[in-house]
Amino acid sequence: MSGAFRVAEGGRVDRARPVRFSFDGRAYTGLAGDTLASALIANGVHLVGRSFKYHRPRGFLAAGSEEPNALVRVGAGTARATPNLRATQVEVYEGLVAESQNRSPSLAFDLGAINDLAAPFLSAGFYYKTFMWPSWGWKRIYEPLIRRAAGLGRAPEAPDPDCYAQRYVHCDVLVVGAGPAGLSAALAAAEAGARVIICDEQAELGGSLLDETPGSAHAAWLARTLVALAQAGVRMLPRTTAFGMFAQNFVALAERVTEHLAAPDPRQPRERLWQVRARQVVLAAGAIERPLIFPGNDRPGVMLAGAARTYLRRYGVRPGARALVVTSSDEGYRSAIDLAQGGVDVAAIADLRAQPAAALADAARAAGLTVLPGSEIEGTSGRLRVRGARVRRATGGSAEIACDLVLMAGGRTPSVHLFSQSARKLSFDEATGAFVPDDAGGAIHPAGACRGVMEIDAVLRDGAQAGALAAQRAHLPTSAEVLRTVAATAEVTAVPARKPHARGRAFVDFQNDVTTKDIALAVREGFVSVEHVKRYTTVGMATDQGKTSNINALGLMAEARDTAIPQVGHTTFRMPYTPVSFGTLAGAARGNLFDPVRQTPIHAWAEAQGAVFEDVSLWKRARYFPERSETMHQAVARECLGVRAGVGVFDASTLGKIEVVGPDAAVFLERMYVNPFRKLGVGRTRYGVLLREDGFILDDGVIGRIAADRFHVTTTTGGAPRVLAMMEDYLQTEFSDLRVWLTSTTEEWAVIAVQGPKAREVIAPLVEGIDISPAALPHMSVREGRICGVKGRLFRVSFTGELGFELNVPADDAQMVWDAVWARGQDAGMVAYGTETMHVLRAEKGFIIVGQETDGTVTPDDVGLGWAVGAAKPDFVGKRSLARAAMKDPARKQLVGLLTQAPARVLEEGAQIVADASAGRRSLGHVTSAYFSACLGHSVALAMVSGGRARMGESLLVPMPGGDVTVRVVAPVFYDPAGERVNG
Amino acid sequence: MLLIPCPYCGPRPELEFAYGGEGGIARPADPAALDDDAWGAFLYHRSNPRGMHVERWRHVHGCGRFFNARRDTVTDLFACSWKVGEAAP
Ligand SMILES: [Zn+2]
Repeated sequence: MSGAFRVAEGGRVDRARPVRFSFDGRAYTGLAGDTLASALIANGVHLVGRSFKYHRPRGFLAAGSEEPNALVRVGAGTARATPNLRATQVEVYEGLVAESQNRSPSLAFDLGAINDLAAPFLSAGFYYKTFMWPSWGWKRIYEPLIRRAAGLGRAPEAPDPDCYAQRYVHCDVLVVGAGPAGLSAALAAAEAGARVIICDEQAELGGSLLDETPGSAHAAWLARTLVALAQAGVRMLPRTTAFGMFAQNFVALAERVTEHLAAPDPRQPRERLWQVRARQVVLAAGAIERPLIFPGNDRPGVMLAGAARTYLRRYGVRPGARALVVTSSDEGYRSAIDLAQGGVDVAAIADLRAQPAAALADAARAAGLTVLPGSEIEGTSGRLRVRGARVRRATGGSAEIACDLVLMAGGRTPSVHLFSQSARKLSFDEATGAFVPDDAGGAIHPAGACRGVMEIDAVLRDGAQAGALAAQRAHLPTSAEVLRTVAATAEVTAVPARKPHARGRAFVDFQNDVTTKDIALAVREGFVSVEHVKRYTTVGMATDQGKTSNINALGLMAEARDTAIPQVGHTTFRMPYTPVSFGTLAGAARGNLFDPVRQTPIHAWAEAQGAVFEDVSLWKRARYFPERSETMHQAVARECLGVRAGVGVFDASTLGKIEVVGPDAAVFLERMYVNPFRKLGVGRTRYGVLLREDGFILDDGVIGRIAADRFHVTTTTGGAPRVLAMMEDYLQTEFSDLRVWLTSTTEEWAVIAVQGPKAREVIAPLVEGIDISPAALPHMSVREGRICGVKGRLFRVSFTGELGFELNVPADDAQMVWDAVWARGQDAGMVAYGTETMHVLRAEKGFIIVGQETDGTVTPDDVGLGWAVGAAKPDFVGKRSLARAAMKDPARKQLVGLLTQAPARVLEEGAQIVADASAGRRSLGHVTSAYFSACLGHSVALAMVSGGRARMGESLLVPMPGGDVTVRVVAPVFYDPAGERVNG
Repeated sequence: MLLIPCPYCGPRPELEFAYGGEGGIARPADPAALDDDAWGAFLYHRSNPRGMHVERWRHVHGCGRFFNARRDTVTDLFACSWKVGEAAP
């Protein structure tokens, strides 16, 4: 038996397939086809959650994704358990494990319920009013308290073991929602020849048609249509929520692929993200029933009438034994009659309207039901389940009606979320009492209940017209002009308002525990804008985004402000429609695949040597090569001394490289870089500085002239893409008169830097066809030739201040050349050094690193590179900006060196610099680089200091946590100031 | 994600493109001839309209070319695109 409340027959569950599952540690049996909600209700379980703020007992309000109360954690273990799933959407499977949330120790006895007694102090905005005093209270009391109370559910602790798939797909017509409107739209579009995708968040396509009696005309239409869609090749996606709608009909769908299976195929992804580009979209998202607002409307057993009908008709479950139906709409009658037929004892239909439609009232009375027009619900009783409701009659006097089910029928609100997300306007429709899509033109076609068409045959017609029109707009041949002729058929339904007799709390937003009083209070305190009231009260801000509460809240705001809902407006609808897992959004982009990793051809060698790597943009760069148990500082000191005393080898392959070729290459570089290039001889190199048009340094690098029409341009490691993009931009759009072609060669050339006094003797035997004598190959030269037998470019350049060469060889040959260099270097005591040593060596020489000494507000002159600027050139990128008065202000920050009074003290990069110890002191600048120099025996620092070059010899202070550090301003070149060693 | 009409390749997803800022702002032929205000306007002043916006895009992961487009900043719909040097349609 699958529960005492299961009716003998009917519903779409498979009575031959019982399914065992557990909830809060208790074993239950449901049926295949059940949701966790219907299976629990079949077993008489209604208490399934505690509310967020007051920890009030809560049961099922709805039967679909709009459910605010029944949030559960599903799955066992620390990795696969998923919190905050709606029990109304979770399909039961053999062995499913589910737990309630937000309660301690148990649902029936929850200590947090003390908040309910404290409710008078927890009104809207209590966060802002309460946690103010005393001043130390925030850190010691309130924050820990709030952190514990904040959030719903518990995130899984272990890494997610599942895989997630992502697909891009194009189609002519995407239909969102597979109820009667969506199915008829899909059919019409497919018949017109369109490529159609139809998705629905439920396990089966059919929507409200799934509630129809098997054998009825509409049930037969559903079965027929599904067959026809399959035959037409329509892609049908059940369990797939369209959660976001973006520009140009780009729609994001989340498909739950294996979530409902007891033993999923491990080759299947758990979920799949569909990114659909649809020529046309039919939105058939349906409508959501509105709760009514009366005191105690949140007790377990108080449910939406349509949901109760769904439980009965679709799942064969009676949601209770004796029901009071409270309605402000005609639909309440239909649900009441259906439930009575299904074996639920309907105590009465309490109609809030004084004048119900006579025909309906008569039909209900004919079915043996009591109708109480002009009623008012004064409250409900019961603790963990509703036991009765107090009804005030229009004729006066109140009566307590015993019941275990109170069903609310407040009319239906069109689901306009996706339409609104697409940045299209909504308008208030008096007929529906809700906001509906304003614009039926364009490439989005709302159809059916989501535009206020509620009557089933009208819905089918509306869907068919929408589908045909969408196919036509997708440029497919159709026989005739398609017209939309169906008008909204929703009945007039007043949004429920507070009643004068009502006492006690009436809930508007169930998930965030927002009551009518909270909204009235917010308006009284002066919050007028709907967005402000939302944030102040948190109405509509829970994980359900107010699907069942928003329109009621708007009604209450309108009432409190004595205006109408259109004047109140509505809040912004945002994606996702229902929560989407991080795994689905991330797809394969996690772990090693989160971002591409770039490795140089020498990477494996460095790894084998025990190098410690650092990330530089996407590159892995060897930072230092520790020997035995060396610390980083010990390794760097040894590497620095090794380079300065003998020779070191460094993998500079990550340098960006751009081949600039063409008859106008030199002119182009003259216009781009601050330096002159036209007169640069073939075989010579120049240190180039690249500005943005605003005059600030963007990049730098050595540029070698390989031939009259060919330059080898290097950029910083991280700057290569933006430099190439900038060059392309100017070439294509501003300097399109120049015949120049650009090619990125970063990956083609590996760069092996050999630096130190013994560099020449190490490489001499490896180089063929190039005279590398000092006279033939002076500093800042480049030659083509053979290196270890392969064609390469040999640069004589130095970023260390020592005699230096950079061997550019094809990446495929790089390891072979590196091995040869390394083998040759052993006799010379060669060290391999990493980026940390490279940084120290260049800082000792005062060479800047773009992005370390510069920050996008630095001119060439600021960092002492004024000499590089070709002032005689008529124009180059950034030249005009350098002429602005502010760029010549002597108080600009300028590059200087700093020496600490205590030689061993290393400053902190980023530290501020001040003139004195006075209280009102202001920052003069900041430290940009700071290291301990093993070669010099003291620390060195580079800094940008206001008017720095005029401060040589001054004492300044660097405030640090332990107190001010005294420093002396010096020139930024600490080692070999005369620059003689590069000429070795 | 936008669907962007490259005038060389046809409509392609936004992932393949880099935004290039407002279009139709030519670099002055002789920057030195401009006073500070005029140069500042060229550098920094942009129209930022609510509605139709002429802008530059580069099909960086496709043909690599810059082009101009007209996009409605409210609906994100592209009205048209054209090649560098062509007149705006
Ligand atoms: Zn292209």
